[in-house]
Amino acid sequence: MELIKEFRIGNNLGLHARAAAKIVKLGNQYKSQLFLVKDGQEVDGSSILSILTLSCPKGTEVQARIVGDDSESFMEELGNLIDQKFGEGK
Amino acid sequence: MKACKSDSEMKLKGIAVSSGIIIGKAYLVDRSKVKITYQYLVSQEQVSKEVKRLEDAIRTTREQLITIKNHMPENIKTHSFIIESHLMILKDSMFADASIQRILNESINSEWAVQKSLEEIREIFKQIDDEYIRNRIEDVENVAERVLRNLSGEDQKDLAGIDQRVIVVAHDLAPADTTELNLEKVIGFITDGGGRTSHTGIMAQALKLPAVVALETATDLIKNGDILIVDGNTGEVIINPLEGTIAGYKKRQIQQEKFKSSIARTSHLPAETLDGYRIAIKANIEFLEEVESAREYGGEAIGLYRTEVLYIKSKTLPTEEELFEDYRQVAEIIAPDPVTIRTLDTGGDKIAAVAMETDDEMNPALGLRAIRFCLKEPEIFKTQLRSILRASAYGKVQIMFPMISGLQEVLDARAILEQARQELDTRQIAYDHDIKVGIMIEIPSAVSMAEVLARHVDFFSIGTNDLIQYALAIDRINEHVAHIYEPFHPAISRMIQQVVAAARKAGINVSICGEMAGDPLCIPILLGLGLDELSMNARSIPFIKKIIREISMKDARLDFENILKLSTAKEIRGYIINRMKALIPELEGKGYLYS
Repeated sequence: MELIKEFRIGNNLGLHARAAAKIVKLGNQYKSQLFLVKDGQEVDGSSILSILTLSCPKGTEVQARIVGDDSESFMEELGNLIDQKFGEGK
Repeated sequence: MKACKSDSEMKLKGIAVSSGIIIGKAYLVDRSKVKITYQYLVSQEQVSKEVKRLEDAIRTTREQLITIKNHMPENIKTHSFIIESHLMILKDSMFADASIQRILNESINSEWAVQKSLEEIREIFKQIDDEYIRNRIEDVENVAERVLRNLSGEDQKDLAGIDQRVIVVAHDLAPADTTELNLEKVIGFITDGGGRTSHTGIMAQALKLPAVVALETATDLIKNGDILIVDGNTGEVIINPLEGTIAGYKKRQIQQEKFKSSIARTSHLPAETLDGYRIAIKANIEFLEEVESAREYGGEAIGLYRTEVLYIKSKTLPTEEELFEDYRQVAEIIAPDPVTIRTLDTGGDKIAAVAMETDDEMNPALGLRAIRFCLKEPEIFKTQLRSILRASAYGKVQIMFPMISGLQEVLDARAILEQARQELDTRQIAYDHDIKVGIMIEIPSAVSMAEVLARHVDFFSIGTNDLIQYALAIDRINEHVAHIYEPFHPAISRMIQQVVAAARKAGINVSICGEMAGDPLCIPILLGLGLDELSMNARSIPFIKKIIREISMKDARLDFENILKLSTAKEIRGYIINRMKALIPELEGKGYLYS
């Protein structure tokens, strides 16, 4: 199954090393594949360097595309992670 | 950066990333870049052997990083993500797979392949706009360096083996390296490389190791066993200091320790002078996340909440809901104490969603920004005002307009505020109907008009940074004139005095929210001026409170009268320094009393 959802990066430092690492770590728990899309550019969501080089400071609109059997719960957890600003501050 | 030689001691200046003064022996760690050899491989057999060699080196690196992560001291466990992200970089396809592919496709040796992958990643990182994310290339470099060292068969263990009390001197230290330092023995470190946002600096702070980075030439100039003084507050490093210098720093070191513990102890007490006069101490913040630390440092309220971030970082204009949500949280956390929210204080050129063409502005500081921009874009302004009003139902909120140059702007801004209120009334949304509305006094014309303005607003907040810039006609960013930027210029004290007098006459509150409020030397003047509150960066609060608690209002008033008789900034600064030396001698050790 393929799911697509829009997110807005809300934590102050944007998708920096710690936040990107959390996304990769989350992805390791699922069979589905995550892709992140910004301004038409799509990168592999299991690669920390690809996420970093996508360059997403605070306020960036990012599209997440998840392909695979467990895409639904993966998307939900990803949404939680971004909504909770990766656990940084309030 | 710069090295200057005086007698036999030598001074270097770098970037201080972790505070504290240390004096000790230098211990050079060879963390200079591994020399790379470049080779073409001639047979298929050689190629497969080379792939295995790189795979082995990557595996060894992985094992080392995992060991480091598992052995991190308890107090820095929260930073283990740094090592985790290094592990992820190590196995990232852009790094690992790409390097192995290079060996296979180009028949080159491992070192060359790793180097090429690193180069390619570096090129991609260079394109990143955001400075913080762009600097993460340092982490990739750290990982590549460790792989290269493993390929070369060089010993990685030399850091853990240090058994004397020393200051580590290295070309560069990866965050993983800092965690390997023997903390019983190493008292701090300095490096040629690195910068303000290096992860190595974060580790140093967590480990409470004083550290200075970006010294550029430290490893060239320092020899093993040299005596070093490292000042993690100023970024100064002194090589082979003279006896007198050591004695001076030792004194400073002791005073600083004493001082640190004494100001931390009193930061929660009110800022009350010896003769019982109280002044409110508030914090300036920029992010919602800072509210709690403002409290921790002893801030009694939020005197200035800057609201530009939500506009600048986003590609679209923030919605009323988004702004409301942010302001509401600040109001709730700081309640029952107030937060003063300053409306948008920037120009259209900084807001991506507006993308206004303002390149033709010769002087952006004098251009279309702050209240001028808001009055030209009333819808954007009204959206923000509605959000602030709505937040006022959840705590104590005050509105502040920036960059007011005269009464007309106040009237126009108030008219739009009135529209915003009516819109909320129509929507039957609650807000504080008695919300206080104030203005920043930062343009000289507003100082002249202060008496008139005071009759139309509930409070004044003096923004000394801009006031000094506009009054003295100095662009602080322009290095040729930045040195003339001078809070002690007698004109500035007189202008503040005029504003305070106008506020007193109208019976409204007056505060200062510029850097002067957090400058220890300015405190006697500001007290003598009779301000109601000072708002500053949270980190300055404990120190400023301490100073206020050690002087009397009677002295401050007298000092201020004396200062008014002086006619140059130099005289005023000299007077203040002498007074402070007499009043609070321990300040001298803090390095504050040097003209």
